[in-house]
Amino acid sequence: MKRILAMLALALAASATQAQTIRIGEMNSYKTFPAFLEPYRKGWQLALEEVNAAGGVNGRKLEVISRDDNGNPGDAVRVAEELASREQAVLLMGGFASNVGLALSDFAKQRRIVFLAAEPLTDKLVWEGGNRYTFRLRASTYMQTAMLIPEAARARKKRWALVYPNYEYGQAAAAAFKKLLKARQPDVEFVAEQAPPLGKLDAGAVVQALAAAKPDAVFSALFGPDLAKFVREGNTRGLFRGREVVNLLAGEPEYLDPLKDETPEGWIVTGYPWADIASPEHRRFLDAYRARWNDYPRLGSVVGYTSLMSVAAALKKADDTDTEKLVAAFKGLPVGTPFGRITYRALDHQSTMGAFVGRLAKKDGRGVMVDWVYREGIAYLPPDDEVRRLRPAD
Amino acid sequence: MTFADLLVQLVNGLAQASTLFLLASGLSLIFGVTRVVNFAHGSFTMVGLYAAIAMAERLGGAAGFWLALPLAALAVGVLGAVAEMLILRRVYQAPELFQLLATFGLVLVLKDAALWLWGPEDIFGPRAPGLSGSVELAGLAVPAWDLFLIALAPLLLLALEALLARTRWGVLVRAATEDRHMVGALGVNQAWLFTGVFALGSALAGLAGALQMPREPASLGLDLVTVTDAFVVVVIGGLGSLRGAFLAAALVGVVKTLCFALGGVEMGGTTFNFSKLTLVVEFLLMALTLVLRPWGLAGRAPAAAQESPALVEWVRVPGVRFAAGAGAALLAAAALPLLADEYAVVLATDIAVFALFAVSLHFLMGPGGMAPFGHAAFFGVGAYAAGLLAQAAWPMAAALLAAPLAAAAAGLAVGWFCVRLSGVYLAMLTLAFAQIAWSVAFQWDDVTGGSNGLVGIRPAPWAADKAHFYWLVLVFGGTALALLWRVLQSPFGFALRAARDNPRRAQALGIDARRVQWLAFPAAAAAAGLAGALFAYSKGSLSPEAMGIARSVDGLVMVLLGGLHTLAGPVAGAALFTWLQDEIIRRTDYWRLILGAVILLLVIAFPRGVVGGLRHAWKERS
Repeated sequence: MKRILAMLALALAASATQAQTIRIGEMNSYKTFPAFLEPYRKGWQLALEEVNAAGGVNGRKLEVISRDDNGNPGDAVRVAEELASREQAVLLMGGFASNVGLALSDFAKQRRIVFLAAEPLTDKLVWEGGNRYTFRLRASTYMQTAMLIPEAARARKKRWALVYPNYEYGQAAAAAFKKLLKARQPDVEFVAEQAPPLGKLDAGAVVQALAAAKPDAVFSALFGPDLAKFVREGNTRGLFRGREVVNLLAGEPEYLDPLKDETPEGWIVTGYPWADIASPEHRRFLDAYRARWNDYPRLGSVVGYTSLMSVAAALKKADDTDTEKLVAAFKGLPVGTPFGRITYRALDHQSTMGAFVGRLAKKDGRGVMVDWVYREGIAYLPPDDEVRRLRPAD
Repeated sequence: MTFADLLVQLVNGLAQASTLFLLASGLSLIFGVTRVVNFAHGSFTMVGLYAAIAMAERLGGAAGFWLALPLAALAVGVLGAVAEMLILRRVYQAPELFQLLATFGLVLVLKDAALWLWGPEDIFGPRAPGLSGSVELAGLAVPAWDLFLIALAPLLLLALEALLARTRWGVLVRAATEDRHMVGALGVNQAWLFTGVFALGSALAGLAGALQMPREPASLGLDLVTVTDAFVVVVIGGLGSLRGAFLAAALVGVVKTLCFALGGVEMGGTTFNFSKLTLVVEFLLMALTLVLRPWGLAGRAPAAAQESPALVEWVRVPGVRFAAGAGAALLAAAALPLLADEYAVVLATDIAVFALFAVSLHFLMGPGGMAPFGHAAFFGVGAYAAGLLAQAAWPMAAALLAAPLAAAAAGLAVGWFCVRLSGVYLAMLTLAFAQIAWSVAFQWDDVTGGSNGLVGIRPAPWAADKAHFYWLVLVFGGTALALLWRVLQSPFGFALRAARDNPRRAQALGIDARRVQWLAFPAAAAAAGLAGALFAYSKGSLSPEAMGIARSVDGLVMVLLGGLHTLAGPVAGAALFTWLQDEIIRRTDYWRLILGAVILLLVIAFPRGVVGGLRHAWKERS
């Protein structure tokens, strides 16, 4: 009898601590995009430990229930349902691919639960497809493309060739690049456009076809294995010789590091020069990350870390776990991040997190970014009334 | 485009073709002798590339690179032999296609094993020492390695042909390809022959991977990218024909390259970008080839099906007892929302939807004797029909009735072409159509939402509650199931089985076998389309994955897991697979490894499928 009572007391105590923690539902395509998402997971785990070591949020510890969404929207929606109903998560965060991100955003709208999209880049998430319950951390495809425009325009090249993976991200990047560069430089010509399927780049043929158009410069939105294939084939065939190349995302360690001594020097890219950022916020993050994981951070690490810190900040500001209060808290929420202070805009729920723009160089057989600057997200968003036109009312 | 450009693009195409041929030759050999549809072929290629890079780095230097190529191929060959001896050897006697399930388990295990061994980051190998630069051709630079590949492929073809034509082992392999039972009856040790062929095929896959070392990084997505390419080339070429595979590889490689070379072309005022066609061009080629030449470019009509008769079980005609059992199961399922939490209901909704999908696939696979690899096409057509109608503000009930009709129309069209073929050719033609449909959904941004898909597909207010929707799925799905099973009991159902078991005798009895098989397609497609429509409403959003290869493969796995020659099998298989995945995925990071291992264990324990095996055990006892 005594033993039963003791067990009962233990169970009660356990449920009591459980009631005190705030449960956050997290899901991502860990097994589908491991190169980005393994560091991402380490990032949010570090943030979680830091928040809880500092006493949690408003006296309550945070708990993250994390799931693999199997990389497809159907399963992701089911996982979201599990986190929301069975696990009683007060809000959801995560997502990588845009189609999964949009499906989760639609789920959030239907279920009336806050969803912080960590990584999906599609512009639709906050504009055409935006809704009251969805917020997004990463700088979108449009923003990151816009950040590259000043350098692209400064190069004063007339004939541009484009190459991008054939799905929404690549198409949107190419469309934004053409529109924005044309506005800055009306005499620009786009002489070739190659849209290979994601992950199945036929590098020799694509490089050859681009070269045949005799461009002065190349815009690329390739990443991952496609980028590596493109770089080696282009190096061998001399595509990049004497040509300016602009490549979205190619400076992210996830995609840059595998290139090693193949790294194409002089490319203008967006990315994350983790070793050279001297700001105190970043130094602190870098030291903590290295101490915890004995590894250097990738961009995914920053995204994971910042996502959880954003969630903690929203919970703190709301001082409640009620969805409507969390929505109100997220609107205009300032968050301190390794990249400095960002704000979640009330206008379209997009954060102002920026990206680093610089040139690729080789150092000790590895790719690095040099001559980089940090571009604040806020400066590369369209004017407010244009955003209002794009975004449906709540 | 200048002439020099065109010339160099042809060379590029041939370099690509060499890789494709290497991939296809191994797959073709394995299928020819063992009849195993080896989904793990791409995984062996992936492992080959990872292993080659690891060895080249470990050994170091130019010698290290060149040694790594054969060593990696050898290692993968050994891996293939081990897999064959531990797993496949135990299930050769199982009904046709069952081995596919084993290789699916292998895909999952190998993917996670590679992640565990080599980490998540892509690994780029070194350039080939001695062939790292480029050669000038018509004033343009061509990588020397590409020329090496182009030279290697025909040499390999000749070597393989010599092996098959001139050695005793080769004679046995050819004999087994013709009639493996006869070879066994003549006293040849089949087990070792099969192991040898599997090892050689795997080694070729590994070599194909290793040879990519100077061209592309090792990455975890490589397995699925390569395995479909390999199948397409083998089927276009004609099963069992190495020369056919060589020709097909050249065709696919060159046509793809030309699509890139053409790029954007002005046509009637709009620009058509041919590079976007590469999303699906190999499947277009396959569909075209199979419609014109039912056995590929160089294949021959297959010998009569080599079924081991002992294991062809009859799908029993559903009797009163079966109906009572099914009704009781449905009632028990309907009680779930009263007993379990909301998530259990959501999971059960998924299971019910997939069960309907699996039953519709089983209708063609079991009684129909046809194995569509692209059944998701009908699921997807139904789903998109429902999604688009929902966006056009149709009421849900109307959309749920219209979606199966749309899918049935697709079934009628696809079926008409497919029933002219048989076996793997039929299977692959359905896959070609599915991929064409998928690429339309993927590209047609204005209508289907492109790669992002459609959102905001909401059920009617009266069905918005999760439990209500679940009951709705049970009612619609249960009705469709009952109808399909009723059809099997009708003269049509018997005619369908007659056409499967003995088409000639069926013809002699006055049954138009081909017509019967054709009409089975719209029936199965309608049920799959209904499943797709219910899926779209249950998820609220939809993207092209709904008709992707993974969905088709999941369907095959469910049917085979449950048991091909049972009626309840597909339902049980859908429930087991969906539930297992849901359970395992939340318990471990290495869920693919565990899920794959569980599937392999089930394969070995239940070579008739789970339901088939249990029923068999029950019969043995009584």
